[in-house]
Amino acid sequence: MGRFKKGEKKDVPEINTGSMSDIIFMFLFFFMVITNMRESTLKVHFKPPLASEVQKLEKKSLVANIYIGAPLGKNENTLPPGKVSVQLNDQTIKAEDLVEDVKDFIGTERESRSEADKAKLTFSLKVDKNVQMRYVNTIKQELRNNNALKINYATGKKSDMKLK
Amino acid sequence: MARKPPGINTGSMADISFLLLTFFLLTSSISTEQGIPRRLPPPKKDTEKTIVDINKRNVLNVMVNFNDAVWVNGQEILLAQLKDKAVEFLENPTNSSSLPEKEITQIENMGEYPVSKGVISLTNDQSTTYNMYVQVQNELEKAVNELRDKVSLNYFGKKFDNLDTASRRAIQKAIPMNISEAPPIDYSKTE
Repeated sequence: MGRFKKGEKKDVPEINTGSMSDIIFMFLFFFMVITNMRESTLKVHFKPPLASEVQKLEKKSLVANIYIGAPLGKNENTLPPGKVSVQLNDQTIKAEDLVEDVKDFIGTERESRSEADKAKLTFSLKVDKNVQMRYVNTIKQELRNNNALKINYATGKKSDMKLK
Repeated sequence: MARKPPGINTGSMADISFLLLTFFLLTSSISTEQGIPRRLPPPKKDTEKTIVDINKRNVLNVMVNFNDAVWVNGQEILLAQLKDKAVEFLENPTNSSSLPEKEITQIENMGEYPVSKGVISLTNDQSTTYNMYVQVQNELEKAVNELRDKVSLNYFGKKFDNLDTASRRAIQKAIPMNISEAPPIDYSKTE
């Protein structure tokens, strides 16, 4: 009486964790498919304005980004009077090279697309909400001069605007 | 009695895949490209002249000044009022003589429709913030979307977003998006 039976003690069965990794891997692939890697590191401060009437761009491969915003680093090139930088590809551009650089940028972006996609190429202006219009106007003028007319003002999505 | 071979411990496998998962979560962005699409006018020097030719009643002058205030035809209004102004201007429900004239146009799938000749002329100051500019563009877009929804409900019984491509084109012809951007003014230089 009152003696434990040695050897007949039954273990609680362990939970099989083998499939856990499969589940996590599934998550991983899911995220890899729905997201996309940041192709260029941001060198300017970019917080998009919010708008309610936004449209999604059809294809990501047909979008070229132009970032305009306050520079993040101290050594970035800025446009006069020195508070705003324009970033094309991976670098901020100098004020005196602006016309040439924008032209080159449009040229290379066009070049890297197939003939059929060239007409669909959209230039997305990713402009920080606090930037003054003068910089945006300059870039828009350059885009226009180079016949890159399809543009997009990148915005965040605001479900319903409450103004007043 | 043959010894059972020891199983490989897969417990850490989950940890490894978690690590990968967090890595991908951090390095990628879910944000899809979205925004307000616009078409710039083709490069031409004398666009200003063509605007002058348009009848005065057909133009709605929207100006965003250096203070981010919205002026419509010389009157300051709130941003929230802009949409209704634009809708009234583009729709002209009473065929008023001070609002834009309409032109009966033959549109495929819709028959004859009086298309408004109204053009919204948008002027901004060089010191306008981009945020305000986008808000104004957004309000104008909203006005056009509202009209398009209204017309497509009338003609096709559906909202514009749910239409097929052909009807969508018809509606786009019936309610065109006519925003013309005037060259920006620079308040700081006119002082």
